[in-house]
Amino acid sequence: MSMIQGATGDWEVVIGLEVHAQVSSKAKLFSGASTEFGAEPNTQVSFIDAAMPGMLPVINGKCVEQAVRTGLGLNAKINLYSVFDRKNYFYPDLPQGYQISQYLQPVVGEGRVTVDLADGSAREVGITRLHLEQDAGKSLHDQHPSMTMVDLNRSGVALMEIVSEPDMRSSEEAGAYLAKLRSILRYLGTCDGNMQEGSMRADVNVSVRRPGEAFGTRCEIKNVNSIRFVKQAIEYEARRQVDVLEDGGTIDQETRLYDTDRGVTRAMRTKEEAHDYRYFPDPDLLPLELDPNWVEAIKQSLPELPDQKKARFEKDFGLSPYDADVLVAEKENAEFYEQVVATADPKLAANWVITELFGALNKAGRGIDDSPVSAEALAGLIVRITDNTISGRIAKEVFEIMFETGKPADAIIEEKGLKQVTDTGAIEAMVDEVIAANPDKVADVKAGKDKLIGWFVGQVMKASQGKANPQMVNDLLKAKLLG
Amino acid sequence: MSLDKATVLRVARLARLKVRQDRLEPLAAELNNILGWVEQLNEVDTDDVPPMTSVVSMKLRWRDDDVTDGGAVDDVLANAPEGENGFFAVPKVVE
Repeated sequence: MSMIQGATGDWEVVIGLEVHAQVSSKAKLFSGASTEFGAEPNTQVSFIDAAMPGMLPVINGKCVEQAVRTGLGLNAKINLYSVFDRKNYFYPDLPQGYQISQYLQPVVGEGRVTVDLADGSAREVGITRLHLEQDAGKSLHDQHPSMTMVDLNRSGVALMEIVSEPDMRSSEEAGAYLAKLRSILRYLGTCDGNMQEGSMRADVNVSVRRPGEAFGTRCEIKNVNSIRFVKQAIEYEARRQVDVLEDGGTIDQETRLYDTDRGVTRAMRTKEEAHDYRYFPDPDLLPLELDPNWVEAIKQSLPELPDQKKARFEKDFGLSPYDADVLVAEKENAEFYEQVVATADPKLAANWVITELFGALNKAGRGIDDSPVSAEALAGLIVRITDNTISGRIAKEVFEIMFETGKPADAIIEEKGLKQVTDTGAIEAMVDEVIAANPDKVADVKAGKDKLIGWFVGQVMKASQGKANPQMVNDLLKAKLLG
Repeated sequence: MSLDKATVLRVARLARLKVRQDRLEPLAAELNNILGWVEQLNEVDTDDVPPMTSVVSMKLRWRDDDVTDGGAVDDVLANAPEGENGFFAVPKVVE
């Protein structure tokens, strides 16, 4: 638990997150219009989404299934009976004048997520609920001097609002929770987790208190769209609240925005009666009733989730918790690794994927999906290390060429003549040469300076341009100098 | 339950209705009449009675996840007082 040092002592920050995750579906929650990102304005709008009089919503079964699948992936209670309500407010990008949401009876109840922290410890974060709701349209304020432009393409797209308990105690924990949630949703295939396109946004509730005291008054930071910004916003907001309280002030419960350019949070202009949503059950929709057998069938079809995969990587492949964690965080990385270990040594494979491949991809600004070195190709390289065709050092050289050219390891080894020398005669000749050229050092070794052997190994390796088998060089030198 | 002038004003604002000052008092009286009439329902004991969600016995119908609608910008914008480049245009509402 990390504390904030104030002038008058320590403060504890308390954080809860409301995450809006766009449901992966072809059509919207209550209409047959497409959810595809990036279309021309208002081309993916049905009369239902535009709230034309008399239009009636009909629920998309896939969206319900995705919400239930997510609930099961979050170890949460599935409510077989839930209700859609109208949340009433006025805004130009909300043509209905209300959002169809779920209020008192959400489709998913309490669950929990295990969050892994950088120091290797884990923390449980409680899930309060998950409910289905409609997204609003998009308002563009900078297109015209006196008008706001409204695009309803997003209007009616299905969102899952996932509400956490106020269980987090630092920006790091909140960031790790959001990362874990994103990872789980992507494994489940229920949300693409693309934060740049707004597929996941978080409302962050922050308060501070003296350790052991009751919760303080919270502020809600709206619509933060990256893990990094969530962490920055919490750091700033917690410090701001501590400063206000230590100056003898009080915290107003209010909605704030995070200004990413200036790195500060500021109060939104207070909308009068902003929180008077006058929820009531939507008379256009009957309650959502689920068949327990249907829920059970979804449960049986859940894929292996990050926690399970991590445990399996540790157990079956002997990986460290850290390496396993790095590999399972992104589904695509885990799949890539599993393809490599199909033919290559698991521990070597983990090192190569994490250090060399991720490093090179990062440097090149590429993702694992367009890696110039395929999983099979990387496995092909690792196999050449384990069968002693090349040393680990030469392998790094080969890898660089593979990354640049996309050629397989064997072709490069052949072409460049990098094959490790394992011919005893050839190595012996090089060893003899080095010994003959350094009589004074030979005398030192014989006089008891055993550590100089390492220097001799280095000289022979250099003479062989790195191609001699280091173990054989070592053995031969020992036999000749000490034997 | 009884509404005063301030509450009527607030409800009117939430519904984006403009009500003249001299109409608030009569409107409060009218709304109180309606509320009084509806409140007679409170005389019935509804403990342990689940809320009725439909007058006919039927379940919520589900739709398949197929794209069957959209691509009708002109129809969607047909009633818009103002539009530009496929957008609805409304008086600026930036925070």
